[in-house]
Amino acid sequence: MSKPKFVYVTYIAAPPEKVWEALTKADISEKYWFGYRVTADGKVGDHMTAYSPTGMQAHDDPILESDPPRRLVYDWKPLYKDMDGERPSRVSFELEPFKDQTKLTVVHDEFDEDSKIFGLISKGWPAVLSSLKSFLETGRGLQASWDDEAQKRAAAEA
Amino acid sequence: MFDESKFKPKTVYVTYIASTPEKVWQALTDPTFTREYFSGFAVEAEPTAGGTFRLRAPNGNVHIEGEVVDWSPPRRFACTWTVVGMPDFRDLPPCLVTYDIEQAGESVRLTMTESHDWDIPKAILSGGEAGWPAILSSLKSLLETGKPLKIAMAPPTEMLAAVKALKA
Repeated sequence: MSKPKFVYVTYIAAPPEKVWEALTKADISEKYWFGYRVTADGKVGDHMTAYSPTGMQAHDDPILESDPPRRLVYDWKPLYKDMDGERPSRVSFELEPFKDQTKLTVVHDEFDEDSKIFGLISKGWPAVLSSLKSFLETGRGLQASWDDEAQKRAAAEA
Repeated sequence: MFDESKFKPKTVYVTYIASTPEKVWQALTDPTFTREYFSGFAVEAEPTAGGTFRLRAPNGNVHIEGEVVDWSPPRRFACTWTVVGMPDFRDLPPCLVTYDIEQAGESVRLTMTESHDWDIPKAILSGGEAGWPAILSSLKSLLETGKPLKIAMAPPTEMLAAVKALKA
């Protein structure tokens, strides 16, 4: 069995600088990332942090590469109790200018073979990245239903 | 009756759109919409299972031809595809393209699934892998902003080479 790898590409009518900002600044992420405050504007060795809408810390992961506004890589280990057993996976963002738009490629890999987190992120990224695109093109993120697991978790936190 | 079960999903793309299922259905099946976001191609679909499906290039030539397999507005549209507009591609087995449209909160979840009934080489799949994100990103922009994206794409060279190699 090969190791799970998630790849998602989206094209956004905004320059790479704007996409970079949205991926790294909490004040912007909370407008499209379903209320999550995600900070990832540090240097290599600094941490990506994410807080849920109820203020629970969801991530505290090292930034592995940062080349604004081209490439961002960080570890991914949700700080949820039921996910404790899995080692950190890895998220890479590649931003390429395409006319005056951005081609954004997200690769999420380095999972354990039987990863539970892989199933969750495979549903989560299309929703988050669709909402990011909507936010940058229209000024409004989506109210899309989060995947069921995350909804249950949000309900449990509240 | 067309047997979908022989086809295995190879490429899946999910996007969420701030729209209604009816509008997403229209964007997939109405040529005035597809011309805007699908490289100028005009869809022609007979509104019934077993009907003819075509994508016509801007110069009027039929580029893709197939059969409507499922016509269930506004939830599911499926059709077979044969690329008849490119000589080396005409003899490839048809693929199955399925669009599932679901309400998801206040948005619509659109799932495109490209399936094949043969052991298709990875290199040939690269055409769809590169093309679907661009086409469906542009469809989403069109429905949300009224403006499609600027996308001009050539088929990947590795795909062209792989199809040629099949014939050799």
